[in-house]
Amino acid sequence: MLLEVRNVSIAYNGPPVVQQANIRLPAGAIGCLLGPSGCGKTTLLRCIAGFEPVIEGEILLQGKQVSRPGHAVPPERRRVGMVFQDLALFPHLSIANNIAFGLRNHDRAKRQLRIKELLSLVGLEHSAEVYPHQLSGGQQQRVALARAMAPRPDLLLLDEPFSSLDIELREKLAREVRQILKEDGLTALLVTHDQFEAFAMADEIGVMHAGRLLQWDSAYNLYHRPTHRFIADFIGQGVMLPGTVVGDRAVETELGTLHGRIPNGSLPGSHVEVLIRPDDVLHDDHRPTTAEVVSKVFRGADFLYTLRLPSGAKILCLAPSHHNHPVGHRLGIRVAVDDLVIFPAV
Amino acid sequence: MSDVQAAAGGSERSRLQFDWWSAGVCVVALTLAAPILVIFSFVFHPAGEVWRHLAATVLREYVTNSLLLVLGVGVGTLLMGVSTAWLCTLCRFPGRRLFQWALLLPMAIPAYIIAYTYTGMLDFSGPVQTTLRAWFDWGYGDYWFPQVRSLGGAVVMLSLVLYPYVYLLARAAFLEQSTCVLEVSRTLGCGPWRSFFTIALPLARPAIIAGLTLALMEALADFGTVQYFGVNTFTTGIFRTWFGLGDSSAAAQLAALMMTFVLVLIVLERWSRRQAKYHHTTQRYRTLPGFQLRGWRALGASAVCILPLFFGFALPATQLGAWALRTWRQTLDPAFFQLVRNSLLLAATAAVLALLLALFMAYGKRLRRSPLIEGALRIAGMGYAVPGLVIAVGVIIPFAWLDNTVDAWMRSTFGISTGLLLSGTITAVVFAYLVRFLAVSLHTVEAAMGKIRPSMDDAGRSLGLRPAAVLGRIHLPIMRGSLLTALLLVFVDVLKELPATLILRPFNFNTLAVRAFELASDEMLAESSLAALAIVLAGLAPVILLSRSIRRSRPGGEHAS
Repeated sequence: MLLEVRNVSIAYNGPPVVQQANIRLPAGAIGCLLGPSGCGKTTLLRCIAGFEPVIEGEILLQGKQVSRPGHAVPPERRRVGMVFQDLALFPHLSIANNIAFGLRNHDRAKRQLRIKELLSLVGLEHSAEVYPHQLSGGQQQRVALARAMAPRPDLLLLDEPFSSLDIELREKLAREVRQILKEDGLTALLVTHDQFEAFAMADEIGVMHAGRLLQWDSAYNLYHRPTHRFIADFIGQGVMLPGTVVGDRAVETELGTLHGRIPNGSLPGSHVEVLIRPDDVLHDDHRPTTAEVVSKVFRGADFLYTLRLPSGAKILCLAPSHHNHPVGHRLGIRVAVDDLVIFPAV
Repeated sequence: MSDVQAAAGGSERSRLQFDWWSAGVCVVALTLAAPILVIFSFVFHPAGEVWRHLAATVLREYVTNSLLLVLGVGVGTLLMGVSTAWLCTLCRFPGRRLFQWALLLPMAIPAYIIAYTYTGMLDFSGPVQTTLRAWFDWGYGDYWFPQVRSLGGAVVMLSLVLYPYVYLLARAAFLEQSTCVLEVSRTLGCGPWRSFFTIALPLARPAIIAGLTLALMEALADFGTVQYFGVNTFTTGIFRTWFGLGDSSAAAQLAALMMTFVLVLIVLERWSRRQAKYHHTTQRYRTLPGFQLRGWRALGASAVCILPLFFGFALPATQLGAWALRTWRQTLDPAFFQLVRNSLLLAATAAVLALLLALFMAYGKRLRRSPLIEGALRIAGMGYAVPGLVIAVGVIIPFAWLDNTVDAWMRSTFGISTGLLLSGTITAVVFAYLVRFLAVSLHTVEAAMGKIRPSMDDAGRSLGLRPAAVLGRIHLPIMRGSLLTALLLVFVDVLKELPATLILRPFNFNTLAVRAFELASDEMLAESSLAALAIVLAGLAPVILLSRSIRRSRPGGEHAS
């Protein structure tokens, strides 16, 4: 493992900001800490960089311990690069000199070579001598990335790297950055509150909430097999539909009996809630089950319908864009759940 | 908490390591606070015979005169400062753009220089009275003419050069006010005058009082003007008690009493500010509207701005220039260049040292963020409120004690007399300057450093820099402009400084300020003009800097950055 975070807790003169976090990131992988603001994800990232101390647990880089309570290798000795939320480009230095900043110990020729290499990697070959303020947001972003990559760090940390950019730019840039990192074979850990950014960039994602790292998994699993109600809520859209466990692998709901794995502890007869994603609900005029259209949002390729079931419960339904139904109309629907996600009823 | 902080400092050594930054900052702060603490310790000394004599005879006069001086200067600076600031910021009339910066010019003239310039002009033998006598054929005693060398004269002189403090801060406050607030007031039926008194003035009050406090502290600290005019105040009293009566402890007690006056001023300022913590509710700034003034109103506005500028700068500067033109063949001699060299040496040394200390302390605060360092910084910056004369007394006493102790010890141990090691040396003078002016560079450096985002430091660290290297390779280049400003401000302050230099300088060591004052005191006004003019010219530099930075300060202003 390139990075191991073991049972790490972080606190500043008060209750812990991060509790008992565990991360294992293999070399070459891109990880992501995803969560709403204030969940402690940036604190954990800064702790891995060496800016914050741990009060519990340990952090290992390349198998060597770099943080334990009362002891921390200073950031400048960790071989960890960082891209900051506000980018923190040095305003008094040209782009080339910004990138060269971490290359002080290289000889001149090697330094020039590396600068050239990085400039072409991020597609800014012609901007070597301009200053940060003369570049656009996306270009500045790429300079920050190149600067952090220049000394070939063992691990690259990115703190909300795209938050200062326009929404349209973010996903595009996230994919670009992923490609640059993969080309270089870099190991990276990203922090973001934007799940689409996380999906576009990361191989593995950890969802954080209130100081706890709830689940460390692939994007697919976070969406389809969330282990916590918070994750089910936070990732993607969906509603919780009440139901009753009727067997080993079956739950009775208003939409019929759904089949799938039932988590331990939910005995037959117990009341549960089932996660229904909009893409689980298919529009099918030939089905007897109908629901009334309450509202709809046209999203280009598809419609997102909010439907009301006879009991009054609401579900979401994703339908192709040519399935245009007015509000008040009743739609025939079919439910196709591949992975049953169930939480005890509250 | 200490564990966390030690680790946050990024140390690889043991937990209980000695924190050099915090210790260093505290040592510097305490050393610089020593003179002030020494003065205050004299409050508890038993009253000596000289003190009882002072209390019975002149103390009442010192207190009354000082109070009247402060009161008069307060009224004068408020009238001139607020009216000009309002007119120049929110009204449109011919010459407004010129006045905006020119009104700061009187700041370049030290009070004692304007004082003797006016004395030269208005004395019995001066050009004004001579001309009057010639026109009306009057003789001595035939007419009444106001006496410049009086308490009233001192009030006018000090007001003329100190009103820019009020102008500066009031203008900054008016510039910060959102135009929306004023426009709302206009739409609710208030004319320009009522808008001013009901909205603009109350909103600007904290800033105006801050400016007023600065002006009053300067007035209280003034030595040259009152000494020259023969008005007995605290400063002249301290000087006379020390050098006339030779009683250092009574002088220190007077200084301590004076310090309580300063403290009262500071406390009043803080109190008034806490009463009014206004927040601007809107972030919308546009070009200030400017009430267009025409006809006699425009003339009146111009007159209000021209008068302080004329009497506070143009007239005395012209007079100095005229004298200098008449006498430069005699006064521009090798001795004058020696004065310039001495002044430059002192000012440059003090400015560089103050900047280095300020950088050390401000960066220590940034690294550690502890209440201890925060407190140390505030203590180190205290000296700016303390009159130069008081600091001089506070420096002499411990230095003399140190010299005597070392001398006695060396004599008893090695049989060698070391004599005076510190007293009456350049070291003592520079130390006093640091006590008094460190606040200037500290303030500038802290403000500049505050604008550098913490992520810059982190970026430097993550790219392999140690903390000290972050200061050198990232902060210093980014702050270059502000560092020059800090150097310049202290440099000019030292150049103008009179009382501390007068008392602490080595024997036969003169500066421009001291020489100008001595010549003027000997009624050689014309001969002193060249040195005075040199000081005024040097003083123009920070004025220009200030006027530029204030115009750039307004969000959405002409030079939004």
